[in-house]
Formats: sequence, structure tokens, C-alpha cells
Amino acid sequence: MTTSPNPVPAEFPRTHYLNAAYGLKSWLWTRDHKRIALLYLVSVSVFFALGGLMAVLIRMELATPEGDFFQPDVYNRLFTMHGILMIFFFLIPGIPAVLGNFLIPLMIGAKDLAFPRINLLSWYLYTIGGAFTLWALLHGGVDTGWTFYTPLSTNYVNTSVLTVGVGIFIAGFSSILTGLNFIVTIHRMRAPGLTWFRLPLFVWGHYATSIIQILGTPVVAIAILMVAAERMLHIGFFDPKLGGDPVLFQHLFWFYSHPAVYIMILPAMGVISELVAAFSRKPIFGYKFVAFASIGIAVLGFLVWGHHMFVAGQSIYAGVVFSVLSMLVAVPSAVKVFNWTATLYKGSISWDTPMLYALGFIGLFTIGGLTGVMLATLGIDAHVHDTYFIIAHFHYIMVGGAIMGYLGGLHYWWPKITGRLYPVFWSKLSALVIFIGFNVTFFPQFILGYLGMPRRYHTYPPEFQVLNVMSSAGATILGIGYLMPLIYFVWSMRYGPRATANPWNATGLEWQTTSPPPVENFTYPPVVTAPPYTYEAQPAAGKEARLGA
Amino acid sequence: MAHDAHGPSDLAHHFDSYEQQKESATLGMWTFLVTEILFFGGLFAAYSLYRSLYPEAFRAASHSLDIRLGAFNTAVLIGSSLTMALAVRGGQTGKPKTTFTMLLGTLLLGSTFLAVKAVEYADKFTHHHVPGPSFHFEGPDAPHAQLFFSLYFGMTGLHALHMVIGAAILAFMLRPALRGAWTPRNHNFLEGFGLYWHFVDLVWIFLFPLLYLIGRHH
Repeated sequence: MTTSPNPVPAEFPRTHYLNAAYGLKSWLWTRDHKRIALLYLVSVSVFFALGGLMAVLIRMELATPEGDFFQPDVYNRLFTMHGILMIFFFLIPGIPAVLGNFLIPLMIGAKDLAFPRINLLSWYLYTIGGAFTLWALLHGGVDTGWTFYTPLSTNYVNTSVLTVGVGIFIAGFSSILTGLNFIVTIHRMRAPGLTWFRLPLFVWGHYATSIIQILGTPVVAIAILMVAAERMLHIGFFDPKLGGDPVLFQHLFWFYSHPAVYIMILPAMGVISELVAAFSRKPIFGYKFVAFASIGIAVLGFLVWGHHMFVAGQSIYAGVVFSVLSMLVAVPSAVKVFNWTATLYKGSISWDTPMLYALGFIGLFTIGGLTGVMLATLGIDAHVHDTYFIIAHFHYIMVGGAIMGYLGGLHYWWPKITGRLYPVFWSKLSALVIFIGFNVTFFPQFILGYLGMPRRYHTYPPEFQVLNVMSSAGATILGIGYLMPLIYFVWSMRYGPRATANPWNATGLEWQTTSPPPVENFTYPPVVTAPPYTYEAQPAAGKEARLGA
Repeated sequence: MAHDAHGPSDLAHHFDSYEQQKESATLGMWTFLVTEILFFGGLFAAYSLYRSLYPEAFRAASHSLDIRLGAFNTAVLIGSSLTMALAVRGGQTGKPKTTFTMLLGTLLLGSTFLAVKAVEYADKFTHHHVPGPSFHFEGPDAPHAQLFFSLYFGMTGLHALHMVIGAAILAFMLRPALRGAWTPRNHNFLEGFGLYWHFVDLVWIFLFPLLYLIGRHH
């Protein structure tokens, strides 16, 4: 910003948060939000790799109609653990705990989150929860599906339900503490001049996410405790033999687990708002609408859980109400998509890697969202319930949406996080490969589901084979696409060219400090004098600006 | 929550002012309590559902609870909230001795509550009112009476767990209280804990009528 009151930082700082201290203890005992974000980056990546490995095994098995590699009970464990690892240990912490943790204090001009020790504690809780889950995995895992429906989970299965339950319970408190920390930080730690409507939309997205983490997570925590009490102590809440009602479990479970979907997508939407503005060189169209759409999604998200139970014996009137409310979520979601598109309109668009991911997100999220409206319709849902249509819809939001947003964000802020640039050609290629691989994997599943192929079976009728082979082939491409960033990101940390403080010539306080930032984030206390995304005054960055040549 | 304040300086490095530090600690604690409300909320939702489905069974089962012990415990907890508030007041006005005495009083009252609760639980065991294989209840609708006792143990058990955690923290607060760790400038931890204690008290204020009193007079 030419009018910025903040001094321009020196390029290539000598000391920064990465080399301020060395040794294992300086990482495992750190209170620095930037280092904790990197701890999360490593652990989240491990769980992503494990969950991905299970997806590979699932797609291998489904390449032919017969059971080839796994017995049915092993297959049950595979898809259950795939879901649990991906949802609770990758998607939910993913963007908030890695990018949010790193960026929120930088974006609001604070030295750290409000509670640095609690931030570290939440990483330890996450790790302990993950350790429980991995321990259970080594002992055979769980085969109930990631949804733990009673009375299957309380009475009938003989797998590590309790161990995984404890793992999710503990990881849940990690999620709660992250949300709590963000809420307090965003309320109390903003730099002078940084009013609510000058906040980057990334921060708004995380604020909405934190609200869901605070309000939703404790409900699934108590539901897990009730399952544990019923399984261990025969203190019945859900078992009809003990006078209980199994549908109550589904209510409690989905009261969290539906909003949890918004925990996964809202931070990604925040990322996309930053990327679309930065690479269109325009302020975001309808800033306040995009900001309030995040809050709207968070609030409406709590009123739609019943759409998971249309065929579970819920009353038809409840079904109608939940159906209408579910369709309402499409309104704030569409507001975002339209506003991103309007931001692109007549913008001077540059096709940098983060932007490729962002454009991929917009397309895939739109498909995922529109099929969501289809599923909110009672009649269609009864037809495609528990089929691959659901799987495809869900993965368009979670993989096509959340993971594209996560990768787009990583590519955008990687120079800030590490102070290094990654190879342009390979990163653009990865965005392309992931986009193609994703669609080849999941689009056939829409058709399969519509034709009636049920989820959660390791065999299927032979007429479904062509589409399943397509899907498995696409998964291979997708897997290669995910390996590419892993390789060049690691490579760039040592060999990548040095990045300047602001390689994209973007607005936002995080770009006004050095890359990587100093331990205390800013050498001068930053002051904000303008709204966000003042891109008219800011020329696009050429290659020279990026390299500082 | 405000533990960051401890150390050589009682203003943590990342805060600009004591005011900012205090506001953060307070907002953090309130946010945590919102989470706690939702945590108990799952059980309250289950209670409301089953109570409305099986009012007769719940009424009969509720009769087996000792209303005198429940009322006594209610009084004990309200008393402990008073001592807790006075302990916080001691921190605000810089009187370490008051803080110490009042925290000790809170600890004793909290322990009394837990002791009475233990007596009540023991009574349930002797009368086979604990859900499980040996459950036995003389009444019109025994299976749903068992549901009442599941909820009784679930709700009061979770509440008692919060009391135990609170009592343990209280025990660790006694020495710092005497040392004068909480000053008028920074007593954030003391105040945050006070909020927690009042919250746990308030949960009981809801549990007592729901479990002991509704449908009592017949």
C-alpha cells in the first residue's frame, strides 16, 4: 500500500522465527503460533497420507466387481478409518490449525494468539487423540462407519470403538481450544485501526468456523461419552432394550457432524476470497455480503442436521422443515460464489498457481453445492440415500472444496511461511493434475449412485465396472497430483529461491512483514488506515518483484 | 486461562496492556463456559425427550431420590458460590488472607457436596437402582425407570466430575492465594476460576428440580 504508515521491511531477514532457536525442544515446547502451525502442518500431513492410503486400498478393491483383496469386514474397517482419519484428523484441523494459526495473528497485526500455551496444548491434545486412533488402527480399527451409529456401535461390533472414541473426544477438545483461541484473538488483539469491516475475509471465515467449533464439538463429545457409558457400563441411553431410542444418537451426532462440514469448508472459503481478490487485482465484490455469508452459513448450519435422517424414522414434518432449511444454506453459499465470480469480472487475472487452485475450488464447490440442494429434496434423497451419489457430493465439497482451498492457501502463503519459492511449472502442473484426477475419480460416482450402487460394499454388480474402473484410474491420477506438492514443497525449503516480503504484491498485514516473519511478527506495531483489498493502487507483481531481483 | 500472566512480569509479552490481557482472559473463560453448556446440553436434551415420552416412569423413579439430601446439597453449593465470590473480591481488593480463607471455605463446601453425593450413590447401589444387569425397580414401567437412572447418573456424574476437577484446582490455588499471587492489577486466573465454579453451581440449580422435584407432590 503506497499510503501505508508501516515501514517497508528489509528483504531477506537474517533472523526470523525459523532460525531464532534450534533443537527439538525449541519446537515441541514453543508458544509461537507460527511454529505451532508448522507442527500442525507435519502432523496433519501424516494423517492425510494415512487416510489417502486407505482410499487407495478402497479404490483398488473396487476396480473389479468381485472381492479381490479384502474380506468384507476388513473393507468395513478401511472405509471407516478412511473417514475418521480424513474428517477428524485432517479436514477439521487442516486449514484452521495450519493456515489460520499461522496467519490470523499476522493478518490482524498481533504478536501471537491470545493464549499461546493453550494453542500448544491444543496441538498436544490433537496428537494424543491421533495416537489413540493410530493405536486402535494397529489393533484392527473400527468397522461401524465414521458415524458410529447405535446400537451397532454400542452392542454388536467387537472392534476398537472405545479407543477411537477416546481419540476423537480428545481431538475434539483440541478443536474447541483452537476455536476459543481464535474468537478471543479476533475480538481482543486487532491492531489499531483494524475495525471488523477491515478484516480480511480469511479472518471472517475463521471467526464463523470458531463459532461452530465452540458450539458443536461439545455435543458430539457428550454423545461419544454416552456411547462409551452404554458400551462399557450398560448405562443405556440409546439401546431400545434399555428403554432408549437409537435415533437420539443420530440427532446428537449430526447436530455436530453436519456443522462440522462447515468447519471444513468455511476456512477454505476464506482462503478463496483472499486468492480471488489478489489475482484479479480487484477488491472483493460485496465484501460485507461475503463476510456475513460466513456467519449465515455457520448459523443456518446448526438448523439442518435432520437432513441426514430423512429415512431414519424422523417425522415427515420434521423432514419437511429440515429440507427447507437445508436449501436455505444454498443462499449464503451462492452469495459467495456469485461474489467471487463478480470479483473476477473485468479483473486483471493472473494465472499463478494459487489462482488455479482457487478457480478449481469455485467450479468443484458449485457442483458439490448444487448436488447438495438435490439431496436436500426429500424425494431425491430417499432415492439416492446411502448410494455413491452421497459419496460423490460429499467429496466434491470436501476434496474439491476444502482440500483445493487448503492447497491453494498453502501455495499462496508458502513464501511467507518458509521464505522460499517453489517451482512454477511443477506447481501449476499439480493444480491441473489434481483437478483432472479429482473429476475422473468422483464424477462417475454421481452416475453410479444415481443408478443405485450403494456405498460401503466391497462388491458390486458387473454392469457398474466401467464407471468404477474410471473412478479408480482417476484416484491414481489424483494421488500423483497430491505427491507433487509434497515433493516440491520439501525441495523448496532447502533449494527454493528466496521470496521477498510480498511476492504477489498483495494487500494485507501479513505481507507487510518479512518472509519469513520475525518471532514477534512485526518489527513495528502495525497500524491500519484502509479497508482490505485496495488492489487498484497496487500493481500486479512481476517475476522480478517476486524474486526481489 | 490467564496463566500466561505468571512469570517475572505479570503482563504476558504478546499483550499491550493489562486491560487487554484481562479482557482476553474473561472472554476466553466465557467462551469456554458456552462450550460447557453445550456439553451438558446433550444430556439435557436426552432428559427432555425421555421425560416427555415416559412421564409416569420418570415420576416413579424420581420419587426414590432423597429430596432432603438434594436440598441440603443445593444449599451447600449456593453457599460455596458465596465464598467463591468473596475470594474473588479478596483478589480484587488485594487481601490475600481473605482470598485464602474463602477459597478454603469453597473447597470444604465443595467436598461436603461430593461426600453427600457419594452417600446418595451408595444408596442407589444398595437398592439396585444402578442401571445394568442387576437393576431392579418396583414400579409400573421398570425399563424406562432405568432410563431415568441412566440419566441421573450421567448428569449428576458429569456434574460431580466438574466438581472434582474444580476441587483439585482449588487445592492447588491455596498456596498462591496465601502468597498473594492475585493482585488488584492481575487476578485473572482467580476470576476465571470463579466463573467456572459459579457455572458448575448453576448446572446443579437446574439438575436439582429436574431430577428431584418435578412431579413430586402427589
